[in-house]
Amino acid sequence: MADAAPGPRPRPISPNIQLDGGVWRWHVTMFASILHRATGMGLYVGALVFMAWALSLAAGPGAYGAFQSLAASILGKIVLIGLTLCVFYHMGNGVRHLAWDSGYGFRPKTADTTAFVAFGFAVVATILLWAAILTTGAAQ
Amino acid sequence: MSVVRSPLGRARGLGSAKHGVGHFIAQRVTAIALVLLLLWGAVSVVGLAHGDYSTATDWLHSPINAALAVLLAFAAFWHMQLGMRVIIEDYIQKASTKAALLVLNIFVGWLGGALTILAILKVALAPAGVSV
Repeated sequence: MADAAPGPRPRPISPNIQLDGGVWRWHVTMFASILHRATGMGLYVGALVFMAWALSLAAGPGAYGAFQSLAASILGKIVLIGLTLCVFYHMGNGVRHLAWDSGYGFRPKTADTTAFVAFGFAVVATILLWAAILTTGAAQ
Repeated sequence: MSVVRSPLGRARGLGSAKHGVGHFIAQRVTAIALVLLLLWGAVSVVGLAHGDYSTATDWLHSPINAALAVLLAFAAFWHMQLGMRVIIEDYIQKASTKAALLVLNIFVGWLGGALTILAILKVALAPAGVSV
């Protein structure tokens, strides 16, 4: 006690804010979790696009044509491909959440693997769907 | 694990009103429904993407397509509303802002869902071959 360092000791800080050399480190499951929420917010917009599709169809051929040309534009395609990625990532990771809710998949290795499976599913399903959309268009 | 409640709470008859997990269950039931409905929706989009107005209206004249499209809208807007509710509850600390955003979120969910479903029904129920 007598040879304690002068001045107050640094206060202990929570592990989650010891960014350098603490116990916290970046992990894929963290990224998967953030991405689930981010894609969910993106799909709020996606639901409104679905609504715009239905409303334009109900409004008649002119409005539906305007919706279709907007969707077929470069900007429209970028937004729709982004929303497709959101749909399939949120779907794959959502199944992961359903498994957790049932008590499965909590082992760290399993959780890591299923995170990468969800990323892979999102990319592959998006490519397959857009390949189908674009190739059926070329055939017409 | 039986009941997580203190003996005193149990003696007084207080505690859960048995509705606490309503949102939790609805979020998951709509999630399961959306997996199936969105896979059907993805296949349908391929058929509709290059079709014109009459392709889409003909498609919605099928009762199966109309029913599944309505269910997709219902499940999507419900699930979306529940998800955004959790985000607002997590991140917005000021009580008045939180309440305002929660009400706005409920309104967007119900209004968007109602508009989408009624638009689908309008097309689905119009006589075949007639421009709505």
